[in-house]
Amino acid sequence: MNAMDQAQRTHARFSAGDAVKIDDRPALGHCRTPWYLRGHVGVVAEVLGKFRDPERLAYHRPGLPALILYKVRFRQKDIWPQYSGPAADTLEADIYEPWLAAAPTPAPRSRKRKSKA
Amino acid sequence: MAGGRSDARAAVAQTKVQGMTHDHDHGHGSHGHDHDHDHDHDHGDPHAPQKDHDAGPMTGYEVLEGALRRLLVEKGVLTEKEIAAQIDLMDSRSAALGAKVIARAWVDPRFKARLLQDYRAALAEVGIDIGHVAEFKVVENTADVHNVIVCTLCSCYPKMLLGIPPAWYKSLAYRSRTVIDPRGVLVEFGVKIPAKQQVRVHDSTADLRYIVLPARPAGTEGWSEEQLAALVTRDCMIGTAVPAVAARETASA
Repeated sequence: MNAMDQAQRTHARFSAGDAVKIDDRPALGHCRTPWYLRGHVGVVAEVLGKFRDPERLAYHRPGLPALILYKVRFRQKDIWPQYSGPAADTLEADIYEPWLAAAPTPAPRSRKRKSKA
Repeated sequence: MAGGRSDARAAVAQTKVQGMTHDHDHGHGSHGHDHDHDHDHDHGDPHAPQKDHDAGPMTGYEVLEGALRRLLVEKGVLTEKEIAAQIDLMDSRSAALGAKVIARAWVDPRFKARLLQDYRAALAEVGIDIGHVAEFKVVENTADVHNVIVCTLCSCYPKMLLGIPPAWYKSLAYRSRTVIDPRGVLVEFGVKIPAKQQVRVHDSTADLRYIVLPARPAGTEGWSEEQLAALVTRDCMIGTAVPAVAARETASA
């Protein structure tokens, strides 16, 4: 699963550079999407491959079908309004596809103000 | 019961039960002890009697672990021998293994490229089998980026390259503060990252375990891999330290 083949990449809904919003739905039971990232917008840094669903695995189910996992990069200042470090500081977390939605905002990589376009 | 081994035994049993899918630490939280004992010793009286760590009543988790382990053995799912072998395997892993890999990457750019691209093949080249419990990712520190690793959800850690994690890595304080104020946490570790260098926190929330490839310090030209590996501490590979050359070493090298 390390070297992801082309087929897996094609099945991924998002690709590197896409802006994505983390769903802010509540989740009961085992879940790998941290609360502090829910509702925030980041950018896909990398498509990591397919992994069995931890939300099912935790309850001794097979966790299939496997889910695409993404490395999502956030700007610290977007997550924590009071963040005191430089604007360039980032945080990355690994998030499964069902938690991601296409974000309407432009890629937050640019330092410009967010437009509503 | 062999209290010192109970954590590892519980972890082994649990891993087997879950079908070896990931290597989360289940021994944290209210489970009272870790294998990496960063104890604060009372230096007042060196001969003061020390409390046996298993002298008190068993915690609920210890009772549960013992019951589960005995059942697994009774039902033939695991043998005591397998449990002991797995504990030995984990005990054989230490940060020295990771340091060896980092030193090789410093002296061999092509190995470094392979390590960043296909770590499993690269590690096999140097005789390291890291198993299939988790995937790994090596993140490289550069002049522009300093990486630091944390697991906010529990305490995921690249054990197969660094061994058992230090107690602080599993602490609520490290796990919560590193994502909110990484620069402040790093200062407490004695590391001041310049403002022009981006700090990038990796929260290992899923199936990958991260390890930092630190930058090779200046003044180490011509050093052997063994000399270089000695500079790479565990914390350098977590990102809470950067390798440094003492002035004395530079002079004598």
